[in-house]
Amino acid sequence: MNPPLVKVRPVRQPQSDIPDSPPAGEAETLKIDVEHLSFFYGEKRALEDISIKIQPNMVTAFIGPSGCGKSTFLRTLNRMNDIIPGARVEGRVCVDGQDIYRMGVDVVAVRRKVGMVFQKSNPFPKSIFENVAYGLRINRLSSNRSELAGRIEESLQQAALWDEVKDRLHESALALSGGQQQRLCIARALAVKPDILLMDEPASALDPIATQRIEELIYQLKAKFTIVIVTHNMQQAARVSDFTAFFWLGRLVEFERTDKMFTAPSEKLTEDYLTGRFG
Amino acid sequence: MSGARTATPRKVLSALFVFACALCVGLALVPLAFVLFFVVSQGVQSLNVDFFTHNPRPVGEPGGGMANAIVGTLMLTGLAAAMAVPIGILSGVYLSEYRGSRFASAVRFAADTLNGVPSIVIGVFAYAVVVLPFRHFSTLAGGFALGVMMIPIITRTTEELLLLVPNALREGALALGATRARAVFTVIVPAALPGIITGVVLALARIAGETAPLLFTSFNNRFFSTSLSQPISSITVQVFTYAISPYEDWHRQAWAGALVLVTIVLVCSMAARFAAARVASIRGQ
Repeated sequence: MNPPLVKVRPVRQPQSDIPDSPPAGEAETLKIDVEHLSFFYGEKRALEDISIKIQPNMVTAFIGPSGCGKSTFLRTLNRMNDIIPGARVEGRVCVDGQDIYRMGVDVVAVRRKVGMVFQKSNPFPKSIFENVAYGLRINRLSSNRSELAGRIEESLQQAALWDEVKDRLHESALALSGGQQQRLCIARALAVKPDILLMDEPASALDPIATQRIEELIYQLKAKFTIVIVTHNMQQAARVSDFTAFFWLGRLVEFERTDKMFTAPSEKLTEDYLTGRFG
Repeated sequence: MSGARTATPRKVLSALFVFACALCVGLALVPLAFVLFFVVSQGVQSLNVDFFTHNPRPVGEPGGGMANAIVGTLMLTGLAAAMAVPIGILSGVYLSEYRGSRFASAVRFAADTLNGVPSIVIGVFAYAVVVLPFRHFSTLAGGFALGVMMIPIITRTTEELLLLVPNALREGALALGATRARAVFTVIVPAALPGIITGVVLALARIAGETAPLLFTSFNNRFFSTSLSQPISSITVQVFTYAISPYEDWHRQAWAGALVLVTIVLVCSMAARFAAARVASIRGQ
């Protein structure tokens, strides 16, 4: 059944009435503030006029049908789309109040601050130790071997992988199982101590048990990091996120607190998607 | 399931094709088998310790060996590798990183053309560029000629292997704050390294057997020499010289030289495969 053609109204930003969360709308407490962002692959417009305010230490989930632009949008948040020939961005993306697309911004510094975990786990063909050490080495974040080893242990602990790999740190990362590889990639991203962690369908290639581990991990990590996760699994969004953004055809249809979005969405389109009428 | 046990036309056809494939494989292997058989059977007879430790003797005097030519071949291929490996790998990296650019297409076309240039022409080129200015034949000139032959092989192999490295690895490195150059040299090139090593050694094996580009670059030398600026002997040129001579004794020496050359190439290829397999197994590939 075709999705109903609804005129998309400007998206209201959710009023935060979670007691311990900072009030929305105040620039200094926002982690990511996107204003009127449009994104083009050559002539094709993939994202249209997206504005969204992401709170610190919260999990924000992006949902929507395949090809709706949620991954593309995620990748604009750490300028990962820069490497695609012909890609172009309009609008502003502020991280901690700084526009990351302004001229003269160091993209390497942006990516260090905004870490990313990909849909398909992509460990380097190196040892487990060297995988986590990579970000530390290239950013010169540790001055000696014991500090390096310490931070690697810390990151692997944070990613709930340490106990499984502590006796084989120098074995190949490619010998790990799929779920372990994905947690290794999370540990690798955490090692450089980013503020924000972007996760692009981090559990889509994993079995239910590995998925559950990743979700538990996300829940623990939000104490320290701001997490933005793309998922095509609505139950997962409902389970792990505080806020949910629904994308459709390159637009942001609704952005709301997750509990509200899943019980009383304000847009008809969101409701139709959540109840499985399309997508 | 009628015909499950009887020979249906489909099964006959299938058997015919399998047979035809096997026949072609056999035909392809026949020349190799004959070459190896003759080289080994003829070469073994004149192979002895003297062959590796002595220099050539004058005509009529029995004995002597190819110690100078073996050292010469090793020096020439070593020089060629020292020149071609860095240039070839870096150009390969350039081609794979900037594959869409006009200059990259031009470089790729040039490399393919150079790859097809007859080796004697490359010898003439080295003669003009290195031999004429110094006014005599030299090891350097021979190494240069072989290096020129190696560069396009290594360039194209490296490029193709780098393109096989999944883009996800590049994105992973960039997402951790790596610059593009850093991602290339710390993640992408190491991931392709086992293949690149194999490619380099196959290129070495190919140029080790070249005669034509050496005829008027490194020339030949009856005496033992390790000088870069003097003519030097090589197994291939020595085999050529001996093989066209009228002397029975020299013919035997040529067979022995051919056997040594084939063995060197074989050992190199095996060492490369072993090294590549080790690199790969350390990483669990």
